[in-house]
Amino acid sequence: MPLSVEDLAASYGGPVVLSGVTFDAEQGERIGVLGPNGGGKSTLFRVLLGELRPLRGSVRRPPRLGFVPQTERSRLDYPVSALDVALMGTLSRVPWWRPIGRVERRAALAALDRVGLTVLAGEQFGELSGGQRQRVLVARALVQDAPVLLLDEPFSGVDQTSAELLERLLVDLAGEGRALLVATHDLEQARRFDRVLCLNRRQIAFGPPEETLTRPVLEATYGGEIVTLPGEAAVLPPHHH
Amino acid sequence: MHAVWEPWSHPFMQRALLELLFVGLVGAVLGCWIVLYELAYSAESLAHALFPGLVAAALLGLPLLLGAAGGVLGAAAAVALTTRLPGIGRDAAVAIVVTTLFGLGVLLALTPASPPGLDGLLFGDLLGVTRGDLAASGALAAVCLAALAALHRPLLATGFDRGSARSLGARPLLVDLGLLALVAGAIVVGVQGLGNLLVLAALIGPAATARLAARRVPAMMLAATAVAVACALGGLYLSYYADVAAGAAVAGSTVAVYLPLATWARVRRAARRPSRKRGRSRLSPAS
Repeated sequence: MPLSVEDLAASYGGPVVLSGVTFDAEQGERIGVLGPNGGGKSTLFRVLLGELRPLRGSVRRPPRLGFVPQTERSRLDYPVSALDVALMGTLSRVPWWRPIGRVERRAALAALDRVGLTVLAGEQFGELSGGQRQRVLVARALVQDAPVLLLDEPFSGVDQTSAELLERLLVDLAGEGRALLVATHDLEQARRFDRVLCLNRRQIAFGPPEETLTRPVLEATYGGEIVTLPGEAAVLPPHHH
Repeated sequence: MHAVWEPWSHPFMQRALLELLFVGLVGAVLGCWIVLYELAYSAESLAHALFPGLVAAALLGLPLLLGAAGGVLGAAAAVALTTRLPGIGRDAAVAIVVTTLFGLGVLLALTPASPPGLDGLLFGDLLGVTRGDLAASGALAAVCLAALAALHRPLLATGFDRGSARSLGARPLLVDLGLLALVAGAIVVGVQGLGNLLVLAALIGPAATARLAARRVPAMMLAATAVAVACALGGLYLSYYADVAAGAAVAGSTVAVYLPLATWARVRRAARRPSRKRGRSRLSPAS
């Protein structure tokens, strides 16, 4: 089992911001992580990445985790190409002091090809569209070649083409045996994942979508007053997208 | 033609040029990271804060690098202690410590009891650089450049997205400390020739100029090196023929190159704005 979390609690030195989180991720599994802004999705990712020490509980994780942040976190004025960004993924595989070789360059180009950006490898990162930038960050994570990938709202602000490509890519990556944790606000998309983890400062539910994406669970996750379910579809208010 | 080659017939001019090439090379490469990390003001503060360490090392006959290291540690401790004083914010603490330490260094360097030549640490003495100074600067410059080459990938990843750097395998705190140590090292490389007050021109000027046009970090470093070499040559010619202080002439030439290029870049950006929008939509489709 590539990832296992048991009774996790975390804080930033003050009050507890996340507690009671217990879940595991199997090889080839796509897990949607749902929750409101401030609900603990980013905190969970920070603990899994080793950036934040858990207050209690245990985390069993592989030595290398791939992480795809939201594209807004990257500097758009930074003088790097899409290929440069993809090559940053080699830092976890090749010692930091060693220059990049042909093997790494080939791996980065292959990753860019996989996200459909070979033609734009030489383009400046900051001049790409939001969706293209997100795909470059996914390519960077692919270069890391990690068994577990954490994706922080990879579909937010992404054009339709990129979103479709990314969704297909997630299926392929899971098919290769990688475990994927995808933070998302898109409930319809979450229904297509293998399991869903619902957080709102604590774990609300974890399990298959048909068991977790129910009205009581969503109301506990997002707050009763803000979820509407017209027929089968669950809709969140705009500030959660 | 004679006027072009004539200055270089003097050994003191040859040594000055070589010293500037060492400073320029380290300054150009390191300066790119200082500019990209938006640390120009911090680098200047560091240069001033470690000044008493340099003076103390010179007075005690110790290596300047040791003095710089002591100066940096002393300044860090002083900032940490000052921020604990009630009613003083971090920003004000840094300002108080930097000005106090710099004043202390100037006092030590310029007091009549101090041996002659210490004022060179403040203003530099480019034309008085000795072979020994050159050997020390060259060796330290080589070490700095090797360290910069080794740190290139972590520096690039951390500067691009500090929040994700750890997940990629970089250690932002260590990267920052490495950068700080390199800035201190570069100041020692340049202090003999340009002095504590002007060495920042070599660290910031060429890189800031290159930033105006370069679209990739390696290109930015190459352009900064070219600017540094051009300013070294231009400044030394100016000093030789106009009989002005060499360090000031070199520092002034970096500003003289930067200002028109910055204006040109601004005008070009403003003129391109509508067409850039068109260019962006070209990239937007599926591709």
